[in-house]
Amino acid sequence: MSRAYALNDWYAVADAQVLARGPRRTMLLDQEVTVSGTTDDLRVIDAEGSAYPAQFRYGHVWTSLGDAPRPLFDIPEADEPGRRLVPCGVVRVKCSPLRAVENFLDIAHFPFVHTGILGSEPHTEVAPYKAEIRDDVDEVWATKISFYQPQAAKSAEAGGDTQYLYRVAAPTTAVLYKTCPPKPEAMDVIAIFVQPRTETECDVWPWMALYDDVSAFAGLVQFQQEIFLQDRSILENQRPVKLPLDPKMEIPTRADLTSIAYRRWLKSKGAFYGALTEDA
Amino acid sequence: MSQFTLYDYVLSGNCYKIRLMAGLLNVAYDTVPVDFYPGLEHRGEAMRALNPSGTLPVLVAGELILSETQSMLGWLAASFDRSGMWYPVSDAGLHAQVLQWLGFSARLTASVGAARLNAMLDWPTDIETVRGAARKDLDELEVLLTDRVFAGQTWLVGDGPTIADIACFPYVALSPDAGFEHDGYPAIRNWLYAVRSLPGFVTMPGIHPLHELREAESDG
Repeated sequence: MSRAYALNDWYAVADAQVLARGPRRTMLLDQEVTVSGTTDDLRVIDAEGSAYPAQFRYGHVWTSLGDAPRPLFDIPEADEPGRRLVPCGVVRVKCSPLRAVENFLDIAHFPFVHTGILGSEPHTEVAPYKAEIRDDVDEVWATKISFYQPQAAKSAEAGGDTQYLYRVAAPTTAVLYKTCPPKPEAMDVIAIFVQPRTETECDVWPWMALYDDVSAFAGLVQFQQEIFLQDRSILENQRPVKLPLDPKMEIPTRADLTSIAYRRWLKSKGAFYGALTEDA
Repeated sequence: MSQFTLYDYVLSGNCYKIRLMAGLLNVAYDTVPVDFYPGLEHRGEAMRALNPSGTLPVLVAGELILSETQSMLGWLAASFDRSGMWYPVSDAGLHAQVLQWLGFSARLTASVGAARLNAMLDWPTDIETVRGAARKDLDELEVLLTDRVFAGQTWLVGDGPTIADIACFPYVALSPDAGFEHDGYPAIRNWLYAVRSLPGFVTMPGIHPLHELREAESDG
């Protein structure tokens, strides 16, 4: 187990609603931590009482256990007027935190796992798209993705081709931008903030920044939860449980370009927490 | 035409019982999504005015307000199943057995259902007790279903599906969400397959359709 790289990233460990209900005792990178306070006055301590830095961004409490945390990534859309910010609670999944992110980046499974919502048969082909590691921002991006979706969002009234952009802002944070049905010139933003409890168990905090004035809040949350929970049973059955970074261990196809870039990026950084490597 | 309104949470196995029964009986209805999690809206003032016990689902049909899934299943079958198959009240023995299984379904909610909420949503519960009860309930069901197989039967009661099957199906099908896999339960797997094969069957997250198998069969 190598926590070295992971220690200096930031992780969501609570949202405003959880915080308001009292202290949350949880696990982060194999370490017990307790989150308490208010969004203006946060406290994160471990079992021995040592305190860790905390900040409130994107509807969540973020903390880092390392001595030299890298800056928290920016999601500029969070501050755009008119967007509804929708935290979707937390879901526990017995899988590697990296597997949770990788699944979020995958399009090819939509027709089979999210049938009738994010995909449908026979529209299963993943058209060529572009995936790259952007060295200037140290992020993985996938662009020029187009996919037929029966119901791309709660606000969608009919099926249609949806444009996607994916962005991996940190090893355990993925953000997707997709066509916004009621506002075609803008894109909806959906992210998962993955809290790695251990290398094989995580708490996932889905979060959305949408243009949708019509849908009730409960409907928006349930739309996202339905999709995410369709993935959960698949994620818990993936083997090996940890994400293999050696390209010889799993055979990718052309549709897996984003995953290939993500794994290569993790490997180049030494981000091995939750990964299976030749040396680990 | 919509026959009732269901106050619904998409991840709830109990809400799913009603969606499934309505699908099997081809009954149209409206849903009102309730923010059970993370909002705990079912315990809020508005929902408690409708259902003082603060649980989901709630079924509203005109003046009728129901808050127990067993009563909803009974009402759906009595109102919309002209065949009388789903709720065999005319046969005292079959009727009693259905009621017996409805009781068992409540045990499954308290055991497997609670273990699942804990595993998925970190819902506070006495997890050791709940997991022990879940294992016991699944083992018991496996034995009873094995007896049914030896008797040449597929369903829990009589020789056709009843609301007893629908009441028990969701939390058994969803038990892998709580880490209770079906591998060691051949009779349960057989029965789950039978329910999933019913015309009008609907899915929920964690319960997958059988369409791949159906296509493979038609191709062959």
